[in-house]
Amino acid sequence: MRIGLFVPCYVDQFYPQVGIATLELLEKAGCEVVYPARQTCCGQPMANSGFEHLTKGCNELFISNFHEFDYIVSPSGSCVLHIKDHLHDPAREADALNVRGKIYELVEFMTDVLKIEKLDARFPHKVSIHQSCHGQRGLKLAQMTELMAPPFSKPVQLLNLVEGIELIGLDRPDECCGFGGTFCVAEEAVSVKMGKDRVADHLKHGTEYITAADMSCLMHLEGILHRQKSKVQVRHIAEILNSRE
Amino acid sequence: MHEKTKDHAALADQFNKDEPRVDWHDETLWWVRQKRDKAAHQVPDWEVLRNTASGIKDNVLSNLGAYLEKFEEQARNNGVTVHWAADATEHNQIIHSLLQRHGVDKMVKSKSMLTEECHLNEYLKEQGIEVIDTDLGERVVQLAGEPPSHIVLPCIHKKKEEIGEIFHEHLGTPAGNADPQFLTHAARLHLREKFLTRRVALTGVNFAIAQTGEFVVCTNEGNADMGAHLADVHIACMGIEKIIPERKHLGVFLRLLTRSATGQPITTYSSHFRKPRAGQEMHIVIVDNGRSIQLGRKDFRNSLKCIRCAACMNTCPVYRRSGGHSYHTAVAGPIGSILAPNLDMKKYADLPFASTLCGSCSNVCPVKIDIHEQLYKWRQVIVQEGNAPVAKTAAMQAMDFVLSHPSVYRTAGKTGRWFLHNAPFTVNNGLNAWYKQRDMPAAPQKSFGEWYKKNRKG
Amino acid sequence: MSSREKILSAIRSSQPAFRELPALPTGQPAAPQELAERFSKVLEAIGGAVYFVPGFDAVAKILKELHPGAKRIVSDCPELAALAERPSGEEDPHSFEDIDVTVLRAQFGVAENGACWITEERMIERAVPFICQHLALVIDKKDIVPSMHEAYDRIAGEVYGFGTFIAGPSKTADIEQSLVLGAHGPRSMVAFVLDMDAQDAGFY
Repeated sequence: MRIGLFVPCYVDQFYPQVGIATLELLEKAGCEVVYPARQTCCGQPMANSGFEHLTKGCNELFISNFHEFDYIVSPSGSCVLHIKDHLHDPAREADALNVRGKIYELVEFMTDVLKIEKLDARFPHKVSIHQSCHGQRGLKLAQMTELMAPPFSKPVQLLNLVEGIELIGLDRPDECCGFGGTFCVAEEAVSVKMGKDRVADHLKHGTEYITAADMSCLMHLEGILHRQKSKVQVRHIAEILNSRE
Repeated sequence: MHEKTKDHAALADQFNKDEPRVDWHDETLWWVRQKRDKAAHQVPDWEVLRNTASGIKDNVLSNLGAYLEKFEEQARNNGVTVHWAADATEHNQIIHSLLQRHGVDKMVKSKSMLTEECHLNEYLKEQGIEVIDTDLGERVVQLAGEPPSHIVLPCIHKKKEEIGEIFHEHLGTPAGNADPQFLTHAARLHLREKFLTRRVALTGVNFAIAQTGEFVVCTNEGNADMGAHLADVHIACMGIEKIIPERKHLGVFLRLLTRSATGQPITTYSSHFRKPRAGQEMHIVIVDNGRSIQLGRKDFRNSLKCIRCAACMNTCPVYRRSGGHSYHTAVAGPIGSILAPNLDMKKYADLPFASTLCGSCSNVCPVKIDIHEQLYKWRQVIVQEGNAPVAKTAAMQAMDFVLSHPSVYRTAGKTGRWFLHNAPFTVNNGLNAWYKQRDMPAAPQKSFGEWYKKNRKG
Repeated sequence: MSSREKILSAIRSSQPAFRELPALPTGQPAAPQELAERFSKVLEAIGGAVYFVPGFDAVAKILKELHPGAKRIVSDCPELAALAERPSGEEDPHSFEDIDVTVLRAQFGVAENGACWITEERMIERAVPFICQHLALVIDKKDIVPSMHEAYDRIAGEVYGFGTFIAGPSKTADIEQSLVLGAHGPRSMVAFVLDMDAQDAGFY
């Protein structure tokens, strides 16, 4: 099984350890993983700002980088959802369709394709989960509180395989953190207020680490935690699943 | 886009100056969302109902012309006069002419978001006509000289102490009394006199039945009924999208409407008006005002399925923390943000961006409107039609260039440096807005790409 | 072109290809006793009160206890002639302004939401159930349907000028979401469920 690893631009630049954890997790599961060097960005920042027509270059690049792999895996629900929903190329629409169908967010790849039931991981801390909206509501990584349907959670399923972990519940288990791409600066006041409220919910329940399947939400929450001089830290779920503390 | 003096972001910023108030507003509406969850959980086939409601509305939108004609024919057979208004101005003029014909300069009005959309009150005031809004929340904001901030809970942004002051000033209640029970009773007495003395009553329409020509008005307070049954003339105003095919379809919508709105199993009154009572005149004004244009927009026509329950507002994390007035349109929140650009794309170009696209709105919508997807699509249309700021467009083009060229991306600077100044999510806003209340992560020694090159390929 | 033609022609050129109507769901059928209990529980939860009574004597007795100071009681129920006046319905609706208690015979109740369906033939006059200070509706125990789907099955072909579902007293929560009973209409609402098996004047 050959996997193309897509590391979102801001993860590449700010959180290389998340890319490393993702790579190591996949390798430990026996996958052959390749990181195509010419990758940049999924194009979402432009598309969500109303400039989807400017993502042509990103799309062409993405398809040529990734179309040959059996699967494409990325540690970001948001970027994966963007590719699934919006990757097109009039010149290579068949390839675009193919890429849209075989790209997975890391958690769903581990639960649904690799069907991971055991992990050699240990993380003896209190951890609370931030459900990133695009992963949860877009990719359906976990049941949504708005729907009258049976509960499930793929992130919890994996975290429960980690030795020593204590998962902490929240008052509002799937409220948005307010990052929202360009929203975080264009609507600064509401974005920060949403982030502060999310942080407060996690802190209220005595968490030590906030985790998520999207680093962008965590970067926003981390920025607030840091400004508040909180000792609580953020960890991408890949880092916890790959931890041997 | 001409930068307006106050767009959603600016108005939201203003609202957020008082953080405890934002907390209070958020908690109040979250409580309503929780009541909705509880009520929906008690209906075993909730998701089936939502699908059915959405399916009925699909049928309605695909056959709207025929249903409207059928409705008109039946309503006329029932002794009701039907008027058609192409836009807000015509709607307002029709109502004014009806008042003039009866020599009336005062009327009572129950909740109708359509009349808010058409700015009927302002128009009639200019014509020397006094309109009394009889829904308690609407009366409060009317006395305060404000528009409603929420389509179901019009004065949800007001604290009881503020309402106490408004009533003290306008209704003569004792200063400092802010007890909801007391204030509601004062409004009851004040408005009962209006009901008993006004000869014309205007109501909204929740549902209009093509099969029978009747229309249904839902209230908890009973103000639509008090107005209509005591008036010589009942005028009901409806958008073209209020039609449903048959009476039996009400079973689906009435099960969903109030559970979605407030978590009640049904409103106190669901009144079916079919014929005027003996000696009474009944008029229905059917209004387009841009709806037929929206019907023609493939990506946005589903917004016309809306039954105005406001569940999307109550669940919206942005609405809860920015307040209804930050949307500067009659219908606020997520649904308002996909309806308003159809009416005036320039004026409301900011609204589809007043969202994180979290998708909670689409999940609570009882008629399954893909609200957050439409927000995304409106962003594309707004930019394509030239309503994006020039600086933003330039920044986007620059970003496209960098991200389309891997070599430029890699060499744009040392690791993190380019990103610290050009992180895609900051676009032309720069990082100042980020740093105001947040820190950025420190740039690592190596990017993942650099690490990979060293640790895997070499 | 008139606005009517303009609107209809714009709609016809904009509306999408025809879509069939979906099948409608049904409620959960149940025995009359269970439906009556569900109805009662829901109506009480939304601010109403429910009495199971064997007949109108019990209705009269309970109403006298509930509203000892009532000056004007109206009803269209011949059984309550001793208690209530029975207006013809020809009166000016404004003349009902001073009604303390209205007692009407509703057609049926709905278990899932505590609502009672009543049409104007049974209202004396349209304003009467709304303008009074207190409202009592009488239904038969066998006339409680599970959900709104069965409710509309029942009234699918009914011809009326005006009909309404009433579920509890008039209410509002517009001031800070504080629930207040008695907005513009009745400040209290009781449903009397006629049940031959009920104990005389039973309160349960």
